[in-house]
Parts: sequence; structure tokens; C-alpha cells
Amino acid sequence: MTTRVNLVLPALLLLAALLALTVGPDGVSPRLLADALAGTDPAASIILLDIRLPRILAAALVGAALGLCGAALQALTRNPLAEPGILGVSAAATLGATLTLYFGLAAVWSWALPLGAIGGALLVTALLASAAVRTQGMASLILIGVGLSSLCGAVMALILNFAPNPFSLSDLINWTLGSVANRSLADVATTAPLILIGCTLLASQRANLSLLSLGEAAAVAHGLDARRTRIAVIAGTGIATGTAVALAGAVGFVGIVAPHLVRPWTRHDPGRTLLPSAWLGALLLVLADLLVRLLPTQNELRLGVVAALAGAPIFTMIVLRRGRTAHG
Amino acid sequence: MADPLILDGLTVHAGGKTLIEGVSTTLAPGQFTAIVGPNGAGKSTLLRALAGVAHAEGSMRLGDTDLRALRPIERARRIAYLPQSHELAWDMRVADMVALGRFAYGATPGRLGAADRAAVAQAMATAGCAEFADRIVTSLSGGEQALACFARVLAADTPVLLADEPAAALDPANQYRVLETLIGLARSGRTVVAVLHDLSLVAQFADAILWLGGGRLIAHGPATRDAFARHVPALFGREPAFAEDGSDALYFRRASSIQERSAPS
Repeated sequence: MTTRVNLVLPALLLLAALLALTVGPDGVSPRLLADALAGTDPAASIILLDIRLPRILAAALVGAALGLCGAALQALTRNPLAEPGILGVSAAATLGATLTLYFGLAAVWSWALPLGAIGGALLVTALLASAAVRTQGMASLILIGVGLSSLCGAVMALILNFAPNPFSLSDLINWTLGSVANRSLADVATTAPLILIGCTLLASQRANLSLLSLGEAAAVAHGLDARRTRIAVIAGTGIATGTAVALAGAVGFVGIVAPHLVRPWTRHDPGRTLLPSAWLGALLLVLADLLVRLLPTQNELRLGVVAALAGAPIFTMIVLRRGRTAHG
Repeated sequence: MADPLILDGLTVHAGGKTLIEGVSTTLAPGQFTAIVGPNGAGKSTLLRALAGVAHAEGSMRLGDTDLRALRPIERARRIAYLPQSHELAWDMRVADMVALGRFAYGATPGRLGAADRAAVAQAMATAGCAEFADRIVTSLSGGEQALACFARVLAADTPVLLADEPAAALDPANQYRVLETLIGLARSGRTVVAVLHDLSLVAQFADAILWLGGGRLIAHGPATRDAFARHVPALFGREPAFAEDGSDALYFRRASSIQERSAPS
């Protein structure tokens, strides 16, 4: 079943990517694709390869990173509500990125923004992981995450408050909404290796995260190197989420929705949930970005806004369902 | 014969308190040793230290092997540990959860070799949870969960087995099944150590008793009537009574000041 889901989801992702590549404001145009591939129509090449393809790749990369990070954080904290967005990891990455924008570092050095985002994400993930060791129960950890998220939000508000001019203010706000519009292949090429490194680090913890489902004491007794696992998940989440935020700004809820939806197909084994969560996260964001492109709104809807609109109700539903079965 | 478990000056500190102080003794293979003591005596802490779950000072060796120098996975191939509480976080199937007991041999629920599969099936049959192998762990009763976790520890197939209150959540039939399994493992040459509160079970099953009080080792010796008569009043403040038929049965009498039970009307 797990093998099948790892074949079906990538196939669906490929289909969704092809669809997103061929669908535009004028409907489906496979001809455009054929022209672009043949190189006969320069306009077609620009639309497909310079505008649509980078968007699709960015959405897939960000979705995969957030889906995988969500699944890994949930496994590490043994909490189905853990997710980079809910726990404040994305907020910290956004803050890190914003700080580099605010102080003008991002303008002088192109790596400043991704590194700022990764730094923020690593810091909050480490704080959360140490809190997870000390606290019992999923509610307290989520609350710590909410606290950290609010703190990052407050500092963000402070920065916006002191933003030097309206232009940089709108720049900063745009950043927090989350979007993959106007990304270039170069943006994707710079960030993809880092996301891949983070994801590989997380995927390498597969077996350890399965074992951790027994609780830390039993897992350690069965041979888990708890410290190493925690460090790998923190580093992987920090790098992958930080880079995803650097590429697309803050996109929430993918990390909670993707693992939740794949679990019935992975027998609820946290280790086997990792990879399908990445595939589904990618699929969801590619489709969400297609939706954003096609909706005839005056200003293009932001990907992060759509993700939150779709994801927040699912989050609430998980909480309600768990509340009902908690005593069963 | 397997190696003995040798403790020397084992001490556990936590939160500024000394929970276990200077425990030195040797736990022999082929024996079922019960750890007995009042609440807060440090029984679970001692077991957690032996399992490598709690940080301890002093020395712990299995024969010539320094247990503290081993990597977690190497240690897990020698010592299995059943914690008192079972924190099962996800809706996994029983068989998959039991398969996690094979982690130290490089297996995961999705990737089991023939030896792993055989060990898991054998463990589930022994623990009496084969009939609910396909059920979801979080939907089981407390007793069923305890049996499934016991199976997981059996699947690890280690020379040393540590169990914290293995009979606590179980009905009498399953209590005896678990304890008979433990004594069977001891007879096959393994070192079996269990924290047990039910002294009647201790009296019937344990070969030796490690009497613990206030974090210190009070005594370590065979589970004889003399030992019970000497240590139980000192540690628990109550006199034990023994069955008059000469069996191992031991029980406590309620205080004589309590009124006689009234018959149901």
C-alpha cells in the first residue's frame, strides 16, 4: 500500500504539473507546449519556461518541503497538529528573511535572505524540540508554538512599524502572504539543492521516527539515538522550511494537511508517512497555485492565502475529531 | 551460560535529588529477579537506568561488556525494556507496533526480514495478542495494549529482559501468562528483572528479590518466606501472611479494626 501511494502520488504530481504548464487564462493549450518544446515560438517559450515552469517547480519544491517537514515534526513531537506554520517555524523563517530585507542585507548579498530564513527556522525548531522533551501532551507544545509564532509576529509588526518607506512596507507584507509568482528558474536552482539537503536529512530519519511512536523511553530502550534523531529533524526542518520560506514566503497548513491525508495509506506509520507527505504537499501546492492563476480576481490571490483558507478548516476538523475520540 | 548483569555503585540523580544511591549487586542469568519496595523507593528509576533510559553514574556491565560504552543500538540487542506506561501515539496496527521491537536488527515495520517476521509472529503468539494483530493499537483496552507492548519487547529477543510492572493492567489469566512467560525466559538462560507490586505474584514466581527502600539496596537474595518475613514489615509496615498449605501463596490481612462486611440486602 505504501509503495503504491509512492507511485500514485508522483504520477498525479506529474499530471498536475503538465496541466499547470498547459493551462493558462485562455484555457488548455497543448499547442503552446508543443511550440515551446520545438522552439518554434519564442513567446511560447517565454510563457512556459520562464513564467509557468519556475512557478510550478517552486510550488512543488515548497509543497514537498512543507509536507515532509510537517510529517517529520509530527513524528518527532508525536503530535498530529505539529507543523512548521502552527509551531512558528515558518513565522521565524519569515522574520529572519524580513530582517535581511529590512537591514538591506538581502540587496547586497543574495544568500542573506535564504540564510536569514534558515537561521530563524533552525532557532525556533530547536526551541520547540527542547520544549517537546520537557512538556507532556500535545496541547502545551502547540501553545508554545503559538507563543513563539506570536512573538515572531510581534517583531514583524515592529519592523513594519518602522519600515522606512511605503514601498518597503508593501514588499514586507507581500512576503508574509506567500506566493510563487514571478519566480525565475535561477531562484529555483539556487534553493532546490538546500531544500533537497533538508529533505534528505529528514528522510534519513524514517526508521527512527517510526520507533519514536513508542514514546522516547521505549524508543531509546529499543536502540534509538534520541539526541541524533532530534538534531537531524531540527536541522532538516530548519533548512527545508527556511529555504521554502525564502523561495515563497509563508505558506501555512500544507504540513498538517498532507500527512493527515496520506496516513490511512501508510498504516499510520510515521516513518512511512514522510515520503508520501512530500509528494502530496507538492501536488496540493501545484494545484493551489494553478487555482490562484486561474481565478479571475483583480489582484492575483496569494498562494499562502489559498493554502490557509483550505488548510485552516482541516486543522480545526482534526482537532475536533481527536477531541471526540480522546476518551474512546 | 549468558553473562551476568553486574552493577557497581549505580547512582541516579534527577532534579537535584538522589533517586538511586550506590546500588552494587550482580543479577544472575537464568534467574527471575523481582525488584520490590514501597512507592517512591526508586524501583522504576533503577530499571530505567539499567535500560539506558535514565542517566546513571557508576558502572553497569554485562559480563565483560561495559554497557555504558555501547551505542544505543548495540545495547538494545542485549537488553530489552518494557516501560510501565505505554505511549502509543499513532493509529498503527498491533503487528506493526510489535515489529518495532526488531529495530536494533535493522528492521522497520515496512521492511522485515524472514527472521524478523518469525520473531514478531512468535512474540505475538507468546504474549497472547496474535488474535488482535490487525487491530489498531490506540483502539485496544489497557490490558490489550500491555500485552501488545509485552510482545514487542519479546520480539527484541535479548539475553536481558527488564519489565516495569508487566502485570499491572492485566486480568488474572493474563497476569499469569506474562509471569509464566518471564519465568520461562529465565529458565532458558536469560536474565529477567521485573518491578512487581503484587507480592503474591512475587512469592510465586521470583527466584530472587532485590529489596529497595529510599533509593538504596536493602537486600538481594532468594525469595524465601524468611526474606518476606524480614523485609516486608520493615519496608511496608505490614505483616505478610503465608498460605498454610505450604505453597508459595502470600497475602495481607486487612486491619482488624475495620467492621465486618454487611451482607447485601
